Amino acid sequence: MRIGIVCPYDWEVPGGVREHVSGLAEALLEFGHEVSVIAPADDDAVLPSYVVSAGRAVPVPYNGSVARLAFGFMAVARVRRWLKDGDFDVLHVHEPAAPSLSLIACWAADGPIVATLHAAIPRSRALYAAQPILNSALEKISGRIAVAEAARSTLVAHLGGDAVLIPNGVNVRRYEKAEPLPGFPGQGGTIGFLGRMDEPRKGLHVLLAGFALLAAQRPDLRLLIAGRGDADEVLAQVPAAFRDRVVLLGLVSDEDRVRMLHSVDVFCAPNTGGESFGMVLVEAMSSGAPVVASDLDAFRQVLRGGEAGELFETGNPDDLAAAVAKLLDDPGLRARLAAGASVAVRDYDWSVIARDVLRVYQAVLPATGRVAVVR
Amino acid sequence: MTAIILIIVLVAVLALSGVYTSWRAGRLDRLHARLEAASFALDAALLRRSAVALELASSGVLDPATSVLLASAAHDARSAPAGREMAESDLTRALRAVFGQPGFRELLVAQDGAEELLSELEGAAHQVFLARKFYNDAVAATQQARRRWLARALRLAGTAPNPEFFEIDDSLVPAGVAGSLADMPHLTDR
Repeated sequence: MRIGIVCPYDWEVPGGVREHVSGLAEALLEFGHEVSVIAPADDDAVLPSYVVSAGRAVPVPYNGSVARLAFGFMAVARVRRWLKDGDFDVLHVHEPAAPSLSLIACWAADGPIVATLHAAIPRSRALYAAQPILNSALEKISGRIAVAEAARSTLVAHLGGDAVLIPNGVNVRRYEKAEPLPGFPGQGGTIGFLGRMDEPRKGLHVLLAGFALLAAQRPDLRLLIAGRGDADEVLAQVPAAFRDRVVLLGLVSDEDRVRMLHSVDVFCAPNTGGESFGMVLVEAMSSGAPVVASDLDAFRQVLRGGEAGELFETGNPDDLAAAVAKLLDDPGLRARLAAGASVAVRDYDWSVIARDVLRVYQAVLPATGRVAVVR
Repeated sequence: MTAIILIIVLVAVLALSGVYTSWRAGRLDRLHARLEAASFALDAALLRRSAVALELASSGVLDPATSVLLASAAHDARSAPAGREMAESDLTRALRAVFGQPGFRELLVAQDGAEELLSELEGAAHQVFLARKFYNDAVAATQQARRRWLARALRLAGTAPNPEFFEIDDSLVPAGVAGSLADMPHLTDR
């Protein structure tokens, strides 16, 4: 099958949608399909052989923050040429409501179009203003996929209709082996955290409070944190006596992310809400790190109710500390949870997820013929 | 004799300071009136700019991605009384990103009706620039007059709120703006 995939966000900036597109494309290529991805990227950027550049992404204010998007004449011309050259059986656009390449591709093409929705966007009045423009492009989509329930309800609210739920995939193999960071995990035990430090919903403050309780009892226990945010602000929340045991890596590369997950005895996801899918959990589980996580619906589901990781009461540092202590003191339990996790993550491997996506392609194929350029 | 002179001087001083105070109060009043007029003009210019931007967005001469960007920026600018300076600056930045494309004008004016829309939008944007300049001038003059000890001691400004500058990025010319987007938080794909 000839498959054209559109990524609306800058290929060179790490992000959930970009990760999703590359994971899916690579899995489909491995199945033997012909896949081409178009994404915004600098013309001199080094891209995988299956990625075509739609030109540089332009930082522009959108929805209260600055987004790096591709739009305008050049983007339209490049999308058209890509569609024409690709002669695709199916066109798969990601995040079609974002004002970028996906929307342009929907508008410019006709034929079997599948769309995947990633983010849960609150129904804003701003979108009313753009609704007619959006509608004429989006009504061409014949198969819709949502990566999580929250994204699905966004779709229902914005566009009506429904979507198939297919979660994010992970390339499990990429996480399986890595060299721990120098000096880790060490003798006294290490707890790991991955995510934005300044985003309250990621729950780092709960973990820091829990760590203070644990550190008082365990003189060599360390906390390893990777993610964006202000280091001083984080350290200010830790009692002075324990500060030198908190190691902040800042924003890390994909490679160091995996190494970091291999450097911890216990991985903690203290999120307090707003998490539609436990991507970070699946990454930790794929690395074989025993997981302690908040008892959120999404997390409980990924951890199979506690079989593949320990749950604690959301937002409760005492309960977090108790759960982490239990794992630190019991290597047998850690091994059991890691084993349960490595079974559970198989469901999220791209080789499995991509098959579900292919079924959606198949479902829209017979009705409409090939993808053609209409504008 | 000296008592009479003293009384005459006192009356003269009182009369003079009365005249001075009323002159000061009148001046402050005129400044407040000028400020109010400038504020209305600025409001009108901003509303007109977002209205024309919205019209361009829904005119069909732009691709849908550009249209959605402009429409949502114009809408946010029009309906954000609390964070208005931020939202209006965002509209400027969105306009600049759209107008800044190489060959944008040349490609667009080939289409029916696009020429008038573009000229109107550029005119509206320039009007915002002027109206804001005049408004801020009026604010500076008023603030200075209100800061004088007599104005403060006698509360000559009455209950009129202290005016504030309206600070936005309103330049459609991309010169010297390289840093203005870089210092905003980047939250694209998360």
